[in-house]
Amino acid sequence: MGAKVVTVTSGKGGVGKTTVTANLSAALVSLEKRVACIDADIGLRNLDLILGVENRIKYHLVDVVEGRCKLQDAIVKHKQFPNLSIIPAAQDRDKSAISPTQMVAIVNDLSPHYDYIIIDSPAGIERGFRNAVAPAQEVLIVTNPEVSAVRDADRVIGLLEAANPRPPARLIINRVKAEMIKRGDMLTPDDVFDMLSIPLIGIIPEDEAVLVAGNRGMPDLGSRAGHAFKTIARRLMGEEIPLKDAPTPGLFRRLTRLFGGRT
Amino acid sequence: MPIWDRLWGRRRTSSGSTAKERLQMVLVTDRTDLSPEKIEKMRDEITSVISKYFTVNPDEVKINVERRQRDSWLVADIPLLRSVNKTSESLDPDDA
Repeated sequence: MGAKVVTVTSGKGGVGKTTVTANLSAALVSLEKRVACIDADIGLRNLDLILGVENRIKYHLVDVVEGRCKLQDAIVKHKQFPNLSIIPAAQDRDKSAISPTQMVAIVNDLSPHYDYIIIDSPAGIERGFRNAVAPAQEVLIVTNPEVSAVRDADRVIGLLEAANPRPPARLIINRVKAEMIKRGDMLTPDDVFDMLSIPLIGIIPEDEAVLVAGNRGMPDLGSRAGHAFKTIARRLMGEEIPLKDAPTPGLFRRLTRLFGGRT
Repeated sequence: MPIWDRLWGRRRTSSGSTAKERLQMVLVTDRTDLSPEKIEKMRDEITSVISKYFTVNPDEVKINVERRQRDSWLVADIPLLRSVNKTSESLDPDDA
C-alpha cells in the first residue's frame, strides 16, 4: 500500500508552512506512522533547520533528479524520530531545477516505504508551487488571520479548483491570538472559514513554544501548538474530532441555508 | 485627552470587522476580475436596459457580486416603481 501524499502550501510566505510540515510530520510519527517530508522550496531550504538535521545533509532533491545520487542517499533520518525521513531541498539552485513530472516520480519511488509523504511547498503560485502540488492527493492550505494571508489563500484555492485532477483541500488557520480576537482586532476563525469556504482541518494558537522548538531544531509536541498539530494529524488519519474553537455546526448550517442549501 | 481617547476607542469599529469587510470586497474583485468601477458601469448599463421596460429609480437599483461558498453570484435587487397603468386608469370610478 502506498503513502498518502499531502502538500502544505499557502500562497503567501511566512505564514508557517515549514513549521506546519515539520510539526505535522513529527505528530504523525508520534502516532506510529512512517513519514517522509520533502522540502520543495529549492533555493530557500529550511525544513532541515526546523527539524534539526541541517548538519547531516549529504545530497538533496536536485541531486536525485539529476542522477548524482540514489534517492536513498538523499534521505536524512531524524535522530529522535527514527520513523521520520527528510528529503532536503537544494540550496544553490532554483525552482526550475525540477519539473512537476520529476516530483511525481520521486514521490512514487518513496511511496511504498511510508504511510505519509508531506511536501513543504515554497511560497508563491509559480513553478515551485506547481512542483509541490503535482503529486498531492490532498492539499493543506495554511493561512493566518491576516488580510494578505487570507487573500493569497483564496487565490491558491482558486488555482487548485481549476487544476485537473483537482486535489481536495483543507484549511489550517495558524497563529491565532485569542487576546486579539477578544479585543475585536483579529479576524476570527469563523471569519476566515466564512470567506474561504473550504473544510477546516485545524486551528493553531499563537505559541512561543513553536519558535523555541525551531531554535532548538526539535519539534515540541507537548506545547499548546503541538497539541493542535497532533489533533490535525489525527484528523488527517481520518479520525473525526470536533472542532472546539471553530465554526459551529449551527453556523455552518446557517451559512449553507443562506447560500442556497448546498452542503 | 485620555477620556477623549477612550471615547474614540470605543466608537471606532474593531479592526477585525474592518478586515473582514475589506477582504470580502477584494476577494470579489480577485475572483471575478471585475473592478468596483467596472461593476458600477455594468450597473448603469443594466439600469438603462431595464428602464426600457419598467419604471425604476436608478438610485434604488442594487447590483452586486456576492460570494456564496466558493461561487460568485451576481445579485440584483431592483424595485419597480408603481407606474400609472392605463387599463386601471380607465376603470377608475371617477372616470366612469
